[in-house]
Amino acid sequence: MAEIIQAEKGGKGGKKRAKKLLPHMDMTPMVDLMMLLITFFMLTTSLSKSKVMEMILPPKLKDPNAEPPKIIASRTLNILLGPENKIYWYTGGVSPDEYNNLPPVRETDYSAEGIRALLLERNRALFRKINDFEQQVLEGKIKIPRDSVQSAISKLKTDDDTGPIVLIKAYKKANYGNFVDILDEMNICGIARYTIMDIAFYENTMVEKAAGITPSTASTN
Amino acid sequence: MTPMVDTFAVILIFLLLTSQMRSPEPANVDMPFSISETPIPDVNSMTFLISNDSKVYFNVDNGPDTTLKFRRKILEEMGKAYNIEFTDKELTLFEKYPSPIGLPIQNMKDFLNANSAERKNMETGIPIDSADNQLSMWILYARQVNPNVRATIKGDSETEIPAVQKVLNILQEKNVNRFNLVTSLEAVKINLDEIQK
Repeated sequence: MAEIIQAEKGGKGGKKRAKKLLPHMDMTPMVDLMMLLITFFMLTTSLSKSKVMEMILPPKLKDPNAEPPKIIASRTLNILLGPENKIYWYTGGVSPDEYNNLPPVRETDYSAEGIRALLLERNRALFRKINDFEQQVLEGKIKIPRDSVQSAISKLKTDDDTGPIVLIKAYKKANYGNFVDILDEMNICGIARYTIMDIAFYENTMVEKAAGITPSTASTN
Repeated sequence: MTPMVDTFAVILIFLLLTSQMRSPEPANVDMPFSISETPIPDVNSMTFLISNDSKVYFNVDNGPDTTLKFRRKILEEMGKAYNIEFTDKELTLFEKYPSPIGLPIQNMKDFLNANSAERKNMETGIPIDSADNQLSMWILYARQVNPNVRATIKGDSETEIPAVQKVLNILQEKNVNRFNLVTSLEAVKINLDEIQK
């Protein structure tokens, strides 16, 4: 475009000098257009795909009289997701004659020093086993096909009989972020056995007592 | 000027190749974080979007093949169940609609014929209470039309847990026990020496 103008000028003025100038194009509109396109694409598209975390729940018991599976009380760790990003936990079970004298709950949070430290401490044996295994695979000491690493780890998890059995129960004021966080902690700490349960009425009381919520106000909400 | 043009061209091509279009969502969802690295599946998934005001939206894909047109069939089945006759044009509109939908099936006809500004006000969430459990019907037909469909739950981190539990319960009643929870990636490194003390 610019070149043609140059050539016309040369024709009119009769100056030979102008012809010798290097031909150059005006890039500004092109740059403008490209910036516009880039801005458009940056705003309307997403670069990274979202990730998914798999969660498998035990099927609901169809028969109301069916006995729930028995678990060892000494390995049971109950995690109650409380309001305001707090976690309350206690070990073992609560028998019906303890309903008037509920065991105390301990309070913790979702940080690395809180719930993660608690879980790792209880799950240390299995966690080390998985970690050593992964290390040995990385160093080439164990020859194993790449795709069977995951199944070998899940074998380690099924064989485990020392780690905690974690029961996760959410109080009604907990939020979905807390729920995903606690499932994530299970994956991080390599907990072999955990499940999500409905919160029992006495656990509601325990959370309310620990969090200082009076049951009457809690029920109206 | 030329190097600048070159750079822009490279960035533009990079964006074109690596990114995918983001379909607009009816509610703003702030996803929680996890360490999971499994990418979200493109096909065979039904998505339950739960916004932080506890409204439930439903989305399902057209299946792995463009000739399958699963969405169209699902809406047809829903129409039959609720005695609503959808025209061919409405079915096509629904088939192409990219976002999750969240409204009672009775308003679906008006919704599909409305323009985008009017549509915004019509999304009141899918009824999930036991008197009129339309979500359970959507799940039923989605699984009937596409037996390989997997449940994906996309919740806002501020959503209160009872809303999520309700959706999980409805899914479990329909014998869906595997869920994909949509999260953003967050790296976590555990120091082994730290836990040995």
